[in-house]
Formats: sequence, structure tokens, C-alpha cells
Amino acid sequence: MTPNVTDATAQRMSEFAPPFLATRPIVEVKSVSKTYPGGIEALSGISLDFPEGRLTTLLGPSGCGKTTLLKIIAGLIPASGGQVFVDGREVKGPGPERAFVFQDFALMPWASVIRNVAFGLELRGVAHSEREAIAERHIARVGLKGFEKKYPHELSGGMRQRVGLARALAVDAKVVLMDEPFSAVDEQTRRKFQEELLELVANEGKSFIFVTHSIEEAVYVSDRIALLSRRPSRVSAVIEPKISRDGDPDKIRRDSAYLDVVEEIWQQLKHYLD
Amino acid sequence: MVISGIRLPLMTSLIVWAVIWEIAGHTDAGFILPPLSSIIWRVFEIVPTPSFLDALLITGRAFLFGNAIAIGIGVPLGILMGRSVIADRLLLPWVNLFLSAPLSALVPVIMVLFGLGETTIVLTVVLFSMWIIVLNTRAGIRAISPSLIEMARSFGASRWQAFSRIYVWAALPEILAGIRLGMIRAVKGVVIGQLLVSVVGFGTLFEIYQSHFLMEHFWALLLVLFSFAFTLNELLAGLERRFAYYAASR
Repeated sequence: MTPNVTDATAQRMSEFAPPFLATRPIVEVKSVSKTYPGGIEALSGISLDFPEGRLTTLLGPSGCGKTTLLKIIAGLIPASGGQVFVDGREVKGPGPERAFVFQDFALMPWASVIRNVAFGLELRGVAHSEREAIAERHIARVGLKGFEKKYPHELSGGMRQRVGLARALAVDAKVVLMDEPFSAVDEQTRRKFQEELLELVANEGKSFIFVTHSIEEAVYVSDRIALLSRRPSRVSAVIEPKISRDGDPDKIRRDSAYLDVVEEIWQQLKHYLD
Repeated sequence: MVISGIRLPLMTSLIVWAVIWEIAGHTDAGFILPPLSSIIWRVFEIVPTPSFLDALLITGRAFLFGNAIAIGIGVPLGILMGRSVIADRLLLPWVNLFLSAPLSALVPVIMVLFGLGETTIVLTVVLFSMWIIVLNTRAGIRAISPSLIEMARSFGASRWQAFSRIYVWAALPEILAGIRLGMIRAVKGVVIGQLLVSVVGFGTLFEIYQSHFLMEHFWALLLVLFSFAFTLNELLAGLERRFAYYAASR
């Protein structure tokens, strides 16, 4: 697929789905590119806005640089070109206004659940009793009350990711960055997580940036989806699924708007299979 | 182990070998290999003597100091090599060389430099035990999952925080294994050092027993040292197993 075709597609898509989220962008990505040592071009001039208080998904085929972009926003890896602004300030490295949820959970196996959850606060020098109180609240928030003293190896994959989520929530960052957080858990847990994520977005007042390769997952949880093309990655489309998320979460999966958007994205991504 | 329906306790093989030893000791071989029973009696005889206790004190001290130095230098060096490519390129050939070299041959060099005293014994212990600690620590550091390091960075860990709260802990199973292997080598180091210097600690005793052909005393001393090394290994392996769950969940 040539870049020209991608651009044309992008245009068609934006006509089809004009941005309706009027909130200000909390994260702005401005013509960010990334070339790895050895000349592999992962990202090529990506520009994207992430609306405040919403969940925006980076969706694309495996190895398209979604995670690279997320880590650049997190300040974990430097961009080769362009800038990222979070809350109006340029990203130079990791910062307290961003928290990261890892695909492989990244829990400390030698530390209990409560210490893992409080780790971000521990690094910031929050007093022991205070950070434990905050951690306890977030452990309860993610449904792990009673597991405070357990160790990661005593928990299931889904529970471990809850710990990872609680840790990210505990530092009270404005932006939560999630790198394929549900890809290492089983399907039932995954669906449950997706429902809980919707509730989190609605109630926490935080902005979420979510990376996934699952179209269904992206459409189910997102207010805005940025479709990334194959490497070197560009934004091939921005889609805003207009799905009513009130009421029964199971209804969404049968909602015709939901199914239409899934189909529409599938038609887009199909090209990359060849 | 189960033989024809009877469950044998773990120590059975030891008992079998002890019996064989005892029988062999009552043949003509008893000349150089006295019966086990008389060796064990000799253990109880020589252990309370001042010369033995003195040797034990000197040996224990050299062993502890030597290990402390080997761990104190080996662990940071291993972490440095695991983290820095330059340090790794620079030091790895030497560490590998010292790990495989016949170190006993170097003890006379230390003797020339530091004299026939305890310093030489301590340095011999360091020489024997440090390299495996360095290599294991290095391997442990290199095996740390990158996302754990990214996690620490994303939550704003400083270099020191990452070192003290992530690196050391994440590499702990390997570091402990290195320390255990190092300590077993240190037992060799402390005995070889004393044998070569032969005027310090157990070296003196070995020298006396051998020159007077006191084979029972000689074997008794060996038995004590062997069981010490064995017990030490078991204790450290037990400690390591307590941290074994790391490996599974890392």
C-alpha cells in the first residue's frame, strides 16, 4: 500500500467521522518520528490529539509502532523527531502526570500487592502509613480487597493486571497509558476488564491512552480510535465510535453502531494483511 | 528411593558407604585409610584441643573476611558489568580467565607479596570466591525483565532508587547462587591457602599430622572440613530455595 492511498483513506475517514469531542487535548503529539539504531523507521511524522477525560486507542497491526508511540508519550524512549506535549508541557522524560500500565504487568515479585501498588508513591517519598492507606483504597477500587499481603506469584494473570492498574491509579496521574493491558489475560477476564475500564473512564476523570491490536476491544472501550498503518507508521484514520455506553454493557456488543464501526475498521485494516 | 517395596531414608547411601569404609579400614588399607569409627573418635579427641580451636578461629576469620571482601567487590562489579557494555567488554575476559585458571598456582605470588600470614589466606579466599559471584550477579542483572526497569523509570525512580529497589532484588536469586558457589570455592581457597602457607591454621595441623603420619588425625581433620563445606552448601541452598518463587514469576 503506497502512502498516497493511506492519505486518501485518512481523508475519507475524517469526512465520514468528523471529530465531535470538543474537549481540549490533554496530550498532543506533533509530527513525531522514530528511527531505531540500524535504520528501522518505526514512526513517520505522527500527529495526534488526545482529548481530556476520554479514552483514545492506538490501533494497528502487530509491530506497527503503537507501543513505541505510547512509550514516547510516556517519556520512556526519546523520539527521533517532533514533540509531545502533555498538559501543555513538552515531554522530556517520565513525569508524575503520566502513569503506565504494562502488558506483562511488571510487578515486583519480591513485594506484596500493597507494596507493589504503593511503589509509585514510595518512589516519591510519601510516608509509609499514608501511601499504604492510598494503596489500600485503590486495591479495593480494583476489586482486590483482602489480597493486600499476597505476592504476585499467588495471583492469577487477571489479578496481577488489577494490581498493575491499581498502581497506576494510586499515583493519581492525569493520563493513564495502557500498553495492551488485557492481552495476557483470558477472554472472560478480558471482557470483564473492558466493562470495568468503561466505568473507570466515566468515573475517574482521567484521560486514558490505550494500545491494542483487537478491533472489537478498541471499538468497545474507545471514545476515539487512531488507526495506525504498517511500519513506518502513520495515522491512517481517526475514528470516533458514536456508541451509547449507558445501561447494560453487554448490549454494546450487539449494538448495530458498534458492529458497523468494527466492520468499517476491519475493511481498513484488511489491506495490511497482504 | 524404594527398593522391593521398602522406602529407604535419604541417608541410606551414606550409611552404605560408611560401612564399606569401616570394612576397608580393617583390612591392610587401614594403613592409609583408618576405619571410620576410629576417625570419628579422633574427631572428638582433637576438636577440643587448643591447637584445633586456634586453627578454627584463624580459618573462620579468614573465611569470613575473604567472603565479605569477595561479596563486597563481586556484587557491585557484577552489577556494573551487567549494566555497562564498556565495563563488560573490559572486564569479562579477566573474570572468565580467573574463573577457569588454576588459582592455586597464584597463591605463591600472593605469598611473596603479602608474606606468610593471615592476609595471604584472606586474599586466597577472595581470589577463589569472587569471580563466580561477579559472573552470577552479571547474569542476574542481564536477565532482569526490561519492563520492570521501565516500570521503575515511568514512576520516576532515580538511578539510586532503581539500583537499590529493583536491580539488587530482581537479581537476588542469581546473586545468592553466586554467593553460595563462591563460598564453596572459598572453603577450597582457605584450605589450599593454609596448606601452601603451611604455618597458619589448619595448614599447620595438616603439616604436623602428615609429617608424623597420623592418618587418623589427618582424616578426622578432613572429615570436619568436608562436613563444614557440605553443611554450608545445604544452608545456603535452603536460603536460595526460599527465594525460588522469584524465578517462576519473573
